[in-house]
Amino acid sequence: MNPTPLKDRAAIVGIGQTDFAKHLGPSEKALACRAIAMALDDAGIAAHEVDAFAAYTMEATDEVEIAKAVGAGDVTFFSRVGFGGGGSCATVGHIAMAIATGQANVGVAWRSRKRGSGPRPWTDTVNQLATPAQWTRPFGLLRPVDEIAVLARRYMHEYGLTREQLGAVAIACRNRANANPAAIMYERPLTMDDYLNARMISDPLCLFDNCLETDGALAVVMVSAERARDCRQAPVYVHAFGQGLPAQHHGMVNYWNDDPLAGPSWTAAEQLWKHADFGPADVDVAQIYDAFTPLIPLSLEGYGFCGKGEGGAFADDGGLELGGRLPVNTSGGGLSEAYVHGFNLINEGVRQLRGTSTNQVAGASTCLVTAGEAVPTSAVLLRRA
Amino acid sequence: MLKPLVDDDGAPYFEYAAKGELRMQTCANCGEVLFPPRPMCPRCQGIEFEWKLMSGRGHVWSFAVPRPPLLPDYAALAPYPVVVVELEEDRRLRLVGNLVASEGAAIDSVDPAAIEIGQPVRVVFQEIEGLFVAAWTPDA
Repeated sequence: MNPTPLKDRAAIVGIGQTDFAKHLGPSEKALACRAIAMALDDAGIAAHEVDAFAAYTMEATDEVEIAKAVGAGDVTFFSRVGFGGGGSCATVGHIAMAIATGQANVGVAWRSRKRGSGPRPWTDTVNQLATPAQWTRPFGLLRPVDEIAVLARRYMHEYGLTREQLGAVAIACRNRANANPAAIMYERPLTMDDYLNARMISDPLCLFDNCLETDGALAVVMVSAERARDCRQAPVYVHAFGQGLPAQHHGMVNYWNDDPLAGPSWTAAEQLWKHADFGPADVDVAQIYDAFTPLIPLSLEGYGFCGKGEGGAFADDGGLELGGRLPVNTSGGGLSEAYVHGFNLINEGVRQLRGTSTNQVAGASTCLVTAGEAVPTSAVLLRRA
Repeated sequence: MLKPLVDDDGAPYFEYAAKGELRMQTCANCGEVLFPPRPMCPRCQGIEFEWKLMSGRGHVWSFAVPRPPLLPDYAALAPYPVVVVELEEDRRLRLVGNLVASEGAAIDSVDPAAIEIGQPVRVVFQEIEGLFVAAWTPDA
């Protein structure tokens, strides 16, 4: 039996996305349908052929509502993945597994979220205080940014991560967004002075260490590698897929194990590289989940682009910029394009391998896309023919 | 302020804290000390527990200083430090809590600029919405 039955067996052949804005009029349900219809149109595949769906557990609209509105056929596979932004790449991975194992033929993964105009989840104090939040939030560690700020300060203490390095992360994402007309931060530059003088949100993290708050929806359409050859767009193959929930991991407040600075990306990475024909050095461009700037250096370490504790230095000397060691978040990412729980990173990964990014990495043939670090996570390695 | 959720696994913590004791869930079978509390010992799958008395001494492992936007009760006190304290018994036992100038002092009673990772702290207790929990104060 093929030891890596997933490898290159499924391909992303359609991508769709709505506008991104602080406020969009249509409902999350309507935005989801529009993004999916655009992805199907991009692929040149009729809606009635769709027989699989994958989404986040945080998605507000269920498969019944989506399928009946977009006009899907009989659906034989549907899957939900938990842990917010940790589930982004797993939606693609689950569809790839369904296609590779014959459970489905045409799959749709999507995310629709009105986080720009809707409520901040941490203000829901009724539904957010279960384990382990009752051991952290009553003391004023209220928001995801506070939870990551604790890790960031420890990272600074143990490995010498600097605010300038986090600033370089934010600026690299902003520079890409400045050239992406779809980005919220299109043509809105960010300087190191802006960064260093910004107000603190949770010291040591400032405003620009935080992602945007965005309304928007995105979707991808996937088929088998065989079917992909006949589609409208050049196929982007799912080369490898990994999920990661490490032993004794505790979610965003991962303070209760031997090394809280080695998060779920380490586990997902081990699974990912085990099944890949190439390694980190062969990755041309990466889309790394960036709800907060420290997640990028932590992920660079986890996915093996540098050693433990070296993620901050990786951002020095333009390391994350176009032409740098590893260009990241080439559409601007969650920090500067849109924060839609990381699904925009997937669409941008596809554009890079189609050669249609507004910040195209010349000749890019491989792209790593990651989901949220510091929560149970997932990642996909994409490649083109 | 947010009231901690008292569930089956963690209830004894709050009962002991009300008596001024910091006790941690401990597997009655293998002796593993567990935090956060849970219904089974991940080391031996035991389901009987004791609550072991801790020395109440530890070191600051890290901390954050939240600023608005925050829930109103917390915004009124911001900026305030929130510390993660590594207990001297086991470095994986890291309790999140407030660092206060003395028992009963407000959560903004210590200047965040004076806090250092590694500094020794000792437990005091504070009341949040009728429940007692561990807080920390600088240890000489």
